Amino acid sequence: MPRVLLIEDDRAVREGVALALRRQSHDVSAAATGEDGLAQLRSFRPDIVVLDLMLPGMPGLDVCRGIRAVDQALPIIMATARGDEVDIVIGLEAGADDYVVKPVTARVLDARIRAVLRRAGGPPAGTGLPKIDTYGELTVDRAGLTVSLGGESISLAPSELRLLLTLSASPGQVFSRQQLLEAVWEHDFHGDARLVDACVKRLRTKMAEPPRAPRYIHTVRGFGYRFAAP
Amino acid sequence: MKPRRLRGLRARLVVAFGLVAGVAAATTGALTFREARIGVLQQSQDAVIGQLRARLSERAPELPYPPGESTLRRFATDVAAADTSGSWRVLVTYRELSASSVPGDTFAELTPAVRTAVASSRATVFQRVNEGGRTSLVVGMSVTFGEPDGSRLASGVRVFLVVPQTTEQAYVDALVSAVERAMVPALALAVVLALFAARGVLVPVRALRHATRRMAEGRLDTRLDVNGSDELAELSHAFNETAAALETSVAELREMEARARRFAADVSHELRTPLAAMSAVTDVLDEDAARLDPDTATAVRLISEETLKLARLVDDLMEMSRFDAGAAVLHLDEIDLAESIRRTLAARGWSDTVNAELPPPDAARGRVDPRRLDVVVANLVGNALRHGAAPVGVRLEVHGSDARAAVIGVRDSGPGIPDDVLPHVFERFYKSDTARSRSEGSGLGLAITAENVRLHGGTVRAANHPDGGALFTVELPLRRDESTEEHPS
Repeated sequence: MPRVLLIEDDRAVREGVALALRRQSHDVSAAATGEDGLAQLRSFRPDIVVLDLMLPGMPGLDVCRGIRAVDQALPIIMATARGDEVDIVIGLEAGADDYVVKPVTARVLDARIRAVLRRAGGPPAGTGLPKIDTYGELTVDRAGLTVSLGGESISLAPSELRLLLTLSASPGQVFSRQQLLEAVWEHDFHGDARLVDACVKRLRTKMAEPPRAPRYIHTVRGFGYRFAAP
Repeated sequence: MKPRRLRGLRARLVVAFGLVAGVAAATTGALTFREARIGVLQQSQDAVIGQLRARLSERAPELPYPPGESTLRRFATDVAAADTSGSWRVLVTYRELSASSVPGDTFAELTPAVRTAVASSRATVFQRVNEGGRTSLVVGMSVTFGEPDGSRLASGVRVFLVVPQTTEQAYVDALVSAVERAMVPALALAVVLALFAARGVLVPVRALRHATRRMAEGRLDTRLDVNGSDELAELSHAFNETAAALETSVAELREMEARARRFAADVSHELRTPLAAMSAVTDVLDEDAARLDPDTATAVRLISEETLKLARLVDDLMEMSRFDAGAAVLHLDEIDLAESIRRTLAARGWSDTVNAELPPPDAARGRVDPRRLDVVVANLVGNALRHGAAPVGVRLEVHGSDARAAVIGVRDSGPGIPDDVLPHVFERFYKSDTARSRSEGSGLGLAITAENVRLHGGTVRAANHPDGGALFTVELPLRRDESTEEHPS
């Protein structure tokens, strides 16, 4: 029974989604404000957070950053009523692992939750034997699922970790955004390439990549990304 | 360009000014010339006649009567000697006798009419004769004897005088050439003035033309400098007023349009929250409907279905308002179009129902927005399945040298689209009476398809296939990006 923390200000939506998710056999706890949601992190210890982007008081983006400050690995799905590109991009760059645009049926939300949890649970498929790889200052522990840069451990969100594992599994190989979407987010058809771009951006920031000349994750213009060992 | 130039305002003004100057100069010249010529000739004529009369009065009494031929010749020479320049030619006749001052002179200028006139009248007769380019004055008079009773008696002696009018002719010629010479500077001056006048007119007209063009290009804040208070200044003023009025109206219209769009976007957005709550529980309703009594179950299922439709409609409205607001952006990615279409069909469970004719892998690669391409194909195929009839076919072809354009054709086997409906199928909420009654579609699908294709710089057309069924054709330009690396390793 996955434990889902739902942070949503609108009563009808909150109750409706909670009801539907409980029917899909999730253990749901609902919070009406961001502050309440953050408070419930310790007491409820959720497996995943479904976070509304527009909240009264503490905005959804701040809640997202607050959660990341406490727990890097806790998967977050952003639910936004605004499907505008800029809202989605901002949400993704704030550290969400996935997003859904409201209105969304319980079935779709359930599928998204399960997919994110599945990815967060284990190493990505096809990464081969568990081992520790070192690329310059970067060390990737494929068994322990930890990454360190220059000896210092860096904490990555599930989608970021999965993206880095996928890319670094085949250094030099160019992955299209579509391929990365399938490998990391398991979107089986045209998902959103912005997921990939936002995640790469966050990953580069955490890996302290120089913005003009990244060392590890290179952009292949018009196609996708490639991991290179310096 | 040249014929247009010749019909231009400048050319017309120059010609008009030239004509006016020419006509004025010619008329003035002609009248002046006429009066001057008459004056000159009259004066010389009066002088000649007066001189002749005085000579005759002086010498006639000395003429022996009746005169003989030698007497007549002497008399003629004597009369001719009155003119010191020696240009006089005198002919004296008495009955059948005639003698001239110049021996052998035929007096060709002397017409029979003059001879008759002199014979029949005692008055002096004169005539101007132009012969061989030379003008001469011919004067004829009879010599009379004064009787003691005061009456005059014709002596029968007639004197004819021919005076060449070369001096007068030269004078008249000089007048003509003076008039001619005066016309050239007058015309030149007229042309210069015409050019100045044309410039005065053309400069504001040109400014007006430029301003009109700018307005047509959408720069509605264009205004003209108004100088002076002539008709052109009034025209410029009127133009400025019109432009200001137009700018205000357009601004108002844009404001209204923006407000309407904002309203549509706001309404759609406000609808999302209640719909989010309703959509979340549709599955619950569907599941529980089986356990309810039939009427309630029908009602519950209806609400569930309509909620999903409403959610889709709001989604489409939001998408449409994004297009209207110009907020729709392309996220281009180089993809295999055939693979993309295959996935679109597979994702919606249409792989078995739709017959796809796709080129081999990598034959149709191009930079498109994968999400928008998915929307385009899904909308067209969904439309064909809903409104047309199976089998539905999707066909992808690559056209042009070096694969410049992709052509996607979606064809159904239904009755086709009536001709009066065809031009409207891409309009929002357009529903024809027949096959396109209220159905699953939001009425925005094809409009969204058209917008997505337009965003790619492509075209979409609806037509009826000659073998039956509706055929939608999408043509997308395939921009290829040479895979240059941003950060070469």
